[in-house]
This record gives sequence, C-alpha cells and structure tokens, in this order.
Amino acid sequence: MIDTLRLTAEEAKRLLEAREISGAELFAAYAERDDDLNAYLHRCDDPGGDGIPLAVKDVIGTKGIPTTAGSRILENYVPVYDATVIANAKQHGLRILGKTNTDEFAMGSSTENSAYGPTHNPWDLSRVPGGSGGGSAAAVSGGLAPWALGSDTGGSIKQPAALCGHVGLRPTYGTVSRFGVVAFASSLDQVGPVAKNVRDCAYLYSIISGRDANDSTTVEVPKVELPNADSLAGLRIGVPKEMNGAEGIEIGVTDAVNRAISLAESLGASVEECSLPRSVDYGVACYYLVAPAEASSNLARYDGVRYGLRVDGDDFREMVMRTRDAGFGDEPKRRIMIGTYALSSGYYDAYYATAQKVRTVIKREHDALFERFDVLVSPTSPTVAFPIGAKVHDPLAMYLNDLLTIPSCMAGLPGLSIPCGLSEGLPVGLQLIGPQFGENTLFRAAHALEQAIDFDPVPERLR
Amino acid sequence: MSWQPVIGLEIHVQLKTETKMFCRCRNGFGGGPNTQTCPVCLAFPGSLPVPNRRAIEETIKLGLALDCTIADRAVFHRKNYFYPDNPKAYQISQYDEPLCSNGKLAVPTAEGEQTIGITRAHLEEDAAKNVHVAASGRLHGATATLVDFNRAGTPLVEIVTEPDIHDAETAKRFLQLLRQTVVELGLSDAELEKGSMRFDVNVSVRPEGSDELRTRTELKNMNSFNFAAKGIEREIARQVRIYEEGGVVEQETLHFDPTQEDSPPMRSKEEAQDYRYFPEPDLVPVHPPEDVVERMREQIGELPGARIRRIADTLSFYDADVLVTGGLDLLWSAVVDAGADPKEAANVLANQFVATGIAPEDVDAAELAKLVAARAEIPRSAFDEALTHAGDPGFTAAPYLGQKVVADASELDPVIERIIEANPGQAEQYRGGKQGLLGFFVGQVMKETGGKADPRVVNERVRAKLG
Repeated sequence: MIDTLRLTAEEAKRLLEAREISGAELFAAYAERDDDLNAYLHRCDDPGGDGIPLAVKDVIGTKGIPTTAGSRILENYVPVYDATVIANAKQHGLRILGKTNTDEFAMGSSTENSAYGPTHNPWDLSRVPGGSGGGSAAAVSGGLAPWALGSDTGGSIKQPAALCGHVGLRPTYGTVSRFGVVAFASSLDQVGPVAKNVRDCAYLYSIISGRDANDSTTVEVPKVELPNADSLAGLRIGVPKEMNGAEGIEIGVTDAVNRAISLAESLGASVEECSLPRSVDYGVACYYLVAPAEASSNLARYDGVRYGLRVDGDDFREMVMRTRDAGFGDEPKRRIMIGTYALSSGYYDAYYATAQKVRTVIKREHDALFERFDVLVSPTSPTVAFPIGAKVHDPLAMYLNDLLTIPSCMAGLPGLSIPCGLSEGLPVGLQLIGPQFGENTLFRAAHALEQAIDFDPVPERLR
Repeated sequence: MSWQPVIGLEIHVQLKTETKMFCRCRNGFGGGPNTQTCPVCLAFPGSLPVPNRRAIEETIKLGLALDCTIADRAVFHRKNYFYPDNPKAYQISQYDEPLCSNGKLAVPTAEGEQTIGITRAHLEEDAAKNVHVAASGRLHGATATLVDFNRAGTPLVEIVTEPDIHDAETAKRFLQLLRQTVVELGLSDAELEKGSMRFDVNVSVRPEGSDELRTRTELKNMNSFNFAAKGIEREIARQVRIYEEGGVVEQETLHFDPTQEDSPPMRSKEEAQDYRYFPEPDLVPVHPPEDVVERMREQIGELPGARIRRIADTLSFYDADVLVTGGLDLLWSAVVDAGADPKEAANVLANQFVATGIAPEDVDAAELAKLVAARAEIPRSAFDEALTHAGDPGFTAAPYLGQKVVADASELDPVIERIIEANPGQAEQYRGGKQGLLGFFVGQVMKETGGKADPRVVNERVRAKLG
C-alpha cells in the first residue's frame, strides 16, 4: 500500500528503481485518490513509464492538455507546445498527474479567484489553501501528488506552502524559464517547486532550472546541491524587525517563528536583528503598481481572435469588449484597470516609473543586508489559513496577506517556506530569504532546520 | 505673404533577415496564409520573444551609414493597442532609448547639398496583414476581416527625420537616396510596391522667416516617390490657401489611394492614442559590443550620396543622381573604365538599359562598352536586340557589331521607288499636302530593310522621290 500522504519523491524514486513498486502502481495511487479538495482542474491518464508523477499548476502550458490559468477566457484552450519546465520535467521522465487550480491568471492569495471554484485546505476544508497556487499546495499536502510545480509572482508558492504545511521555493528571478507559462507580471513571475520536504524541493529545482534559449531573461545557474547537513554552524541569520514585528501578524505565528529562530541558534547559527524599513513600507504598494501594469499588457492578447473564448459582436471592437467582459473575472478586471491607469500618459511617471525606482531601492536594501547575513528569516504569512469567504470582499485585506513575501520578490531574490509548527491546529510557515542565486544556501539552512523542527506534514485530520 | 513648407518623414523598411524579429519563423514572401507562424508570432499564452541578432546588427549598420550615434544601451518597449493585426495587443518597438539617434543624411542637389537630420532609427516588429472580405470571399462589400500572420513579427526599421525639409523635390530626393542606401547596405529590398519600404509624410507651412511649427497633417499610403512629391505639393498649396483665407489647418491624416493618384485623399481625425509605452520586461537591454559596431562600420562602402557628388564632377548632377539612385553607377563606372564615353554610357544606361529590367550585376561591362561605342554605327534594331541580351551568360557584342547601317542612296533608292509604286493612293495624298504620310513611307522602308537603313538617309531620299 502506497501512502501518498507521506511518500516523498526521493523515496518514490528509490522504490521505483528497486522495483518494489511499478510506475503504473505509483501513478494510480495518486490518480485514484478522490479529489475532495478541488485541487485539480484536470486530471491526466498515466502516460506510461516509471518516472515520478508531478502535479502542475494550470498557468503552466502543457501540450495537448487543457491549460486554463483558472480563467473562463481560456476554458477551451489546449496548448500546442510544452512550457520549457514541462519539457525539462518530461526529459527526466516525470509524468503529469493533472493541472491544479489557481487564482485566475495567478492573481490572488486564496485560490478563491479561480473561475472553477475554490480549493480547500487539506487541514481544514472550510479554509483556504492560500494562493494563487492553492491547487498545487493542496495536492501535495492532501496526498494527491508527491510534488508539484507552482508559479510565484508575489508569494504564490511560498504563502500556500505556509498555509498547507509543506516546502515551497520561489527561485531567483531568471533561474527558471518562463517560456510557456501564462504571463501575469513578466518581471516578477517565476516557476518553482512545491514539495513535501527540502530535499525534494531542491531536486525538483535542479530539474527545472537553467538557462533557456527561449527566455532571454534566464541565466546559467550554479549546480544544485542536495542538502545533507543538520548543523547551522557559521550561518549568519538576519531577522528583519519590520517583517517579524509587522502589524497584523498573529501571535501564534510569531511564537512558532521565534521557536524556529531559537532552534537555529542552538544548531550553531548566529542570529541578529536587522532592518528593511523601505522594503516593508513600500513593497506592497510598489508591487500593486508594477504587477498590474505588466498584467494589463500581458492580458491584452486575450481578444477572442486566435484562441480561447470568443463572444461575437458587430465589429472587432465590440467582439473584444464582449469577450473580455465575459471571459475575465473581477480580479483580472480590477488589476487591468489599475495597471492601465498606472501606465497612462500623465500618470506613468508618478506611478509606474516611481514604482520601478522604489524597486531599485528595495533591491539595494536587501543587497546591503546580504553583505552581513547569509539568510533572512520571517513568517511567510502573517496568519494561518483563513476561512473561505473571509476576505473575498476586501481586496486590500487580501493584498496585505502578501506583505512579507512581496519585498524579496520585488528584489528578484529566492525565498523558501518551510513549516515551523502549528498555531490553532494549522501550519505556520517560516520564510528564508537568500541572496541572488543563493538557493543552495537556502536548501542547506532549511534542511537542517527541517530536521530539527521535525514537523509532521500530514494534516492531522488525515493521519 | 510668402510661406515656407516644413516637412518631416517617417520611413519603415522591412529587413530581409532569414527569420523574424523575435522568433525563428521564416521571414519572407510566399507560403499560404498563416504558414510562417509559431506560438511566438501568434502570441499564444506563455510565448516569449528572443531578439534576432542579425536584425540588431543590420540596424546598427544603417545607423552608422546615417551618421547616427549608436546607443551603448538600447531598450525595447511595448506599445499597447488593440487591433486584429496586432496579436499580442502590443507591438515590441523602441521608445526613448533607440538603437540609433542623432544622425544626418546629406542629399546632393544641383546647387550643392542639403543635410537632413535623422532624429532616430529604431527596430520594431511588423504587424500581420488584414484582408477584408465579403461572405462571397470578394473584397467588395467587405463583411469580415481575415488575418494572415505571416508578416507578423517580421523586423522593421523605423527612420524618423527632423522637420528639415522645405520642398517636395527634396523630400523625394531624400527618399530615393535613403532607399538606395538601404538597398546597397543589403538590409532590405525596399520595394515600394511590395510594401518593404513605406513612408509617412508630415507637412505644415509657416510664414517665411519664422521658426514656429504650425499644425501638421500626416500623409499616408503614397507608394511612389513621384506620387509623394505631387501629394506634398498639393498639401502645401492647400494649407497656404487655408491660411491666406484666414482659416485654420486642422490636425488630420490624409489617406491616399495608391491605385488612384488623382483622387483626393480620405481624411480622418487623428485620435489621441495613448499607447502606454513601458519597457518590455521579457527582454533585457541591448548593449552593442564595440567590436560588433566596428565590424558593421567596415561593411559600409562608399555611400550613394558621396558617389553622386563624385560622379557629378564628370557628368551633370542630374545624370549622376539618376545613375546612383537607379543603382546603375557601378556598371557605368565599369563600362567607362572599359573605354566607353562617359556621357554616352550614362545615356544608354539611364534610358535604354533600365527599360530592359536586367540586373546591372549580370552584365559584362567590357562587352557593353563595345556596344555603347558602336551605337552610332550599327542599326538601332541590332542595338536594342543586343541590349536585351546584355545580361545573358556569355553575352558578347561581336555578332551585333558586324551589322552595318545602310546609308548608301544607290542601295536604298530602288526600295523606296518600289514602295511608292505599291502605294499610289498615299503618294497622291502626300503630294496633295498630307505631309504626315512621310512617316508611313519611312516606316515601310525601314521594315523592308530589316531596320538596317539609316533613318536620316531614308527620310531625305523619300522626300526627294515624292517631291
């Protein structure tokens, strides 16, 4: 009997290589499990072979498999080509289990903005799994996939990992190809691994990362090392006070994070308070100009001419307007309007151009800290998973959920979330932020902490 | 009051690279609709642009030929607008950091030369082609628009001039010279009929001596240089008339019908479009390396403008201009070097040779020189015949040079007499005063002699015989 709730990808690989289980058995173990979480928008048949199965967020294009980005406007869209990350995964024999639910065009922090209904948190079905990658997160924590691909623009891998109790990496911008990934905000989007533990996370990252001739913004990536260490001797940890003492952080979250920080110290790390004043003050505001501005342009191609939904009209203009009105949900519409405004003549300098300047300030502020520290730590999310429906009518409250994940995204830096305990019976995530291309450092530090924290990633109600 | 026209040009040139600007689809004519397409140029979700290195290099080469500053850092921007031929709903173009800026092109004139400032030359992608059709599939009464994306994403260089031009003739000469420059650099075929070179003209007028810039109108869709010159002249006259009658020129676009030069242009109000330019986040800035710029500089030979000035020392300015902008001057030089008379060679090339449509590079200059030298001695028909074969592989002038003009009256008289006898009616009418019939008789004689008779002698003898 395969325990899909606990089986790691690494262990699955060992079992397959030792022929203790067959590829078909392994795939079936996930495929046959009932999806009561609405984690998947589409489940796939076993393509054969004995690679490790993989769930894929539905913003990542998969040849011959519907890719909706959680939107009505792409309801009938089937890509004619694989995203580079999918091609890489297939080259390693990975088999796609299905496409996971997401906030529409990855815009959201709860997966409630999906046109295909919300995904449920495996720890408590009445709560959100986080977002936008709630489908991948729920699938991994709910035993529906050994690991998954997500995408992160302002926290869409890290925050769901925190809310569902597993490991998620948002890689350094430019290390993973965006080719074939439905664009939300091009200068921020990154694909990354969602996994049950840090070693799996590192392994999946090694498969998907690397320079891609089809994505001009990618670079050569340092060789990925699978972490083994359980000591943190010599590691210099910075604790940005604005991020750890931010308004709105739940006490249970602070307690769990502080316990993890003490544990790190006991494992040999040096811990020192530091400061990221502008990054935290301006990060969210800046993000909500840059990301919608790019989104307003990226989403303009959905006009009903070549693919996806078309609602006819008397002329081109009317067809486009009707198609977009019917095809987009409220959140994309909201962001298209904000972004269009921010780029408009007369407002560009005040909004978009200024936001880009602030972004440089945020990057410099982080760079300065990485001269003194190897990693920065904070809670990933200010709160544990919140009830479905609690914030849907308050976009601003929803946006503030990403207060702690956004600054490092704006700086293009890698961030990893690992579970560090429970608060009110729900997982709490610890965010580790590294310098540019510092993934190996993050893996080493997170692995040692993971061993010491010894969090049980299986939701209590499913044990 | 006297008025000074102010003219600025905006020219688009399609680069003839192997592949498109941001994907690896073939760049070129041919192929059925939508056969030269891929997820990138169709703007499928998730596709990303990768810039064409060759296109960037070619644009740098053009920039150098136009005396531009080549940017250390050039940036691609997105120009956002909805249109069915614009699949991403943004065009990747350049905005405030173009590859080439601040250049000039000196246009030779009979009086010297006029220098036109080049504001910028930048690289962008072309749009797809819209075809409007009716349900029947015909153009008339169009009810639907079909889009062919073969052209979408092909590389396009946009060249913008300063408003330095003050008459239609100079605008025309500038365009001709620029076209020849682009063709010689190997960048583009720059064929107006095929749309691989297109241009818009901005026209305004102001009181002579003033340096204000008044409201301009934009002239579009003129696909010949002469047509453009005519259109500009008419527009200048129209604006002057409006001001002199106390009116105001409105900012508008004049769309010409390229198939009907004489029909008045359609007018449309210029809508204030907000393109919401911002730096293309899918691309990184371009930093042209010094060695690439130098390599491009080395590829530039003597430019057409300089050659016009040089050749005008030997020939008239007019001849020099026609030869160079017609792409004939290299052949001309070779023919002259082979011994032909410069003026004679220029006349043959600019008038007769150009009508044959033969590519100058296919011609053996030494053989053509022999032909030019013998032009007065051989029959016109033989010369014409020889010219049409001048581009054939292995062409030699010798067989044509053997044919001599018949100028001997004793040889021609019997033929003339025979023809007069055969046409008594016409002879009668001629004698009755219908002088125009002389041509008829001369023509008959030329025909009878297979074109070998000397027309001057025939003329003289026919006149004498009929008189």
